[in-house]
Amino acid sequence: MKDLSKETSIFEKKVSRRGVLKAAGIGGVGAVLGASGLGGVLALSNATATKGQSHDIVPFYGANQAGITTSPQDNLYIVSLEITTDSKQGLIQLFKDWTEASALMTSGNTVGDTSTNGNLPPKDTGEAVGLSPSNLTITFGVGPSLFVKDGKDRFGLRSKQPAELVDLPKFPLDALKKEWTGGDLCIQACADDLQVAFHAVRNLVRMARGKAVIHWAQTGFQRTKNADAKKATPRNLLGFKDGTVNPDVTSKSALQKSVWVQKGDGPDWLVDGSYMVVRRIQMYIEVWDRSTLNDQEATFGRYRDSGAPLGKQHEFEEADFEAVDDRGNHIIPDTAHMRVARGDGKEVILRRSYSYTDGMDAKTGSLDAGLVFICFQRRPSTQFIPMQQRLAKNDKLNEYIVHRGSALFACLPGVQKGGYIGETLFN
Amino acid sequence: MKKAKTALAVLLSTSLLFGCSQKGEEATTTKEETKEVAKDALDGVTAEYREYAIHEIEEFVTATEEFTNAVIEGDIEKAKELYAPARMHYERAEPIAEVFGDLDPKIDAREGDVPEEEWTGYHRIEYGLWEKNTTKGYEEYAKQLMKDVHLLRAKVETVEVTPDLLVTGAVDLLNEVSTSKVTGEEDRYSHTDLYDFVANVQGAEEIFNLLKDEVKAKDADLAATIEAQFAQVHSLLDQQKEGEGYKLYTDLTEAEVKKFSQAVDALAEPLSQIGIVTEAS
Repeated sequence: MKDLSKETSIFEKKVSRRGVLKAAGIGGVGAVLGASGLGGVLALSNATATKGQSHDIVPFYGANQAGITTSPQDNLYIVSLEITTDSKQGLIQLFKDWTEASALMTSGNTVGDTSTNGNLPPKDTGEAVGLSPSNLTITFGVGPSLFVKDGKDRFGLRSKQPAELVDLPKFPLDALKKEWTGGDLCIQACADDLQVAFHAVRNLVRMARGKAVIHWAQTGFQRTKNADAKKATPRNLLGFKDGTVNPDVTSKSALQKSVWVQKGDGPDWLVDGSYMVVRRIQMYIEVWDRSTLNDQEATFGRYRDSGAPLGKQHEFEEADFEAVDDRGNHIIPDTAHMRVARGDGKEVILRRSYSYTDGMDAKTGSLDAGLVFICFQRRPSTQFIPMQQRLAKNDKLNEYIVHRGSALFACLPGVQKGGYIGETLFN
Repeated sequence: MKKAKTALAVLLSTSLLFGCSQKGEEATTTKEETKEVAKDALDGVTAEYREYAIHEIEEFVTATEEFTNAVIEGDIEKAKELYAPARMHYERAEPIAEVFGDLDPKIDAREGDVPEEEWTGYHRIEYGLWEKNTTKGYEEYAKQLMKDVHLLRAKVETVEVTPDLLVTGAVDLLNEVSTSKVTGEEDRYSHTDLYDFVANVQGAEEIFNLLKDEVKAKDADLAATIEAQFAQVHSLLDQQKEGEGYKLYTDLTEAEVKKFSQAVDALAEPLSQIGIVTEAS
């Protein structure tokens, strides 16, 4: 929480606003600049007044980072960054600054003190002033190239690179674009308001200027909770309820088993962290739209309306993978997405995907839309990777999608007050 | 030249011209005496900058004379050669030159910035030299340009340089780079954008150097960061040198352009903090 008394003191000081600006040498334009400056101060104290509504605040501190098992918010803004500084100290300072700013923003505060110097840019960029915290979560991850890039041990971290944190293998049918692949760091901001998520990323990227640059950035959305009073499973842009199979996020043992890195899995610095896979999957929307309903349902292995597995009535009924029709074919076809994804059911991942739309594909004139597939897991080599290898080979859905982007990040463990995200790695 | 700027430039110019008398009567009413002290310490700096800017404008007058003469004499090769280097003086002193909202567009408007019939100045002639490959029909533009530049020289005398003009001027110069040079829209016919780019950076660096001691005293880390980022931008620019001059902007790769853009952002962000020199110590 911010010290409110500090803000009100601006008004109590017996300094005329004009005087302050005068002293700074602004002269005639003082009135113009001054007015906007005062507006900023007023808005900030308003923001302070509306916060404290804890129902839309997700705690930032904890053993694990928020934004992983957190119930998915309406919007995603994820950026991958390239580090440009050579200084490890500079990098550590950046994580410290990020931690402080994230703690402030996730609780609905602005970043930094209110500056009264009209000759300086405001510390906070301002677009989230007066908005609710909107369940904002900010999740930080590190990519393989943070450790070694072009054979170079950049920050003396080579010995700390986990065996699991390596570039994902090339899967059949991958059509990855360099500009959508990899990254040294990632920031995932999720919030029930896109402006709040944007504000978070923008301010964190601003702090990184001179130390890191954006490699790729992607927004994502799903139906808002307002639009769906029943809080049903969200549909993807192909119209289907997808990714309904997730571990129980309220079960500690389930999460320990498939999501959180455990002691002994690899280097200790990542214990209580999690591996995050990001795949930017473009959908051939136009092609899908002209495929028949039967074909669509066979592609997913579910009924479109109810979301139930083929041959069943309700969405959450157990699918019967053995059931056959009168001609002896599996009712859920062998190439159905849900069957191939499931495999033998041993690979459990925590899916946390969002839809995306980026206007038009300039080359083809078709809609550029699809899925920002995001999943978390304890061990990619036995979870996402074998699953994707199967999907790339057999999934009927491949006729309608193409993987354009890919990245793997190790999401750092959570942090307690006074610490900083990344401390276990850098110490 | 930027259209959107004009309004602010006019405001600034009014305040600069009339700022003097107001300052006298207000100084006693402020209780932030320390800020006044900070301002006093900056007086020497503002005077020095005024000298620098006027010197650049003087050089600009000379260079424009040679350039416009070449156009009038129909020496197209010479005119092309003189175009980019002449502009550099203007680009270095832009925070001052821009104050005159009426003259800036006459000298530096790009096609589309102003109605076609009002389009004059450097870029109009650039269009003739590179697009039409001629000086014919551009003699009148050359004469008008010379007149406007002489007028600029005369008006510059009236400018009072205030600390805030310096503080915002340094970042404004880099913003110019970010919004028009990096995109290759400044010299769209000659593609000599890198000359303007270099000059804007030099102009910003001049301001920083003048304020450096003050910045250092307030925040040594900030001063060091800014110096390091200037060095980074310079090293990128040096890689594009070709003989005495610079490569054509169209010869840069997309990756090089992106690098320039990011390096300018990395410099301008800390540079935007030099306003701390106006704060009480």
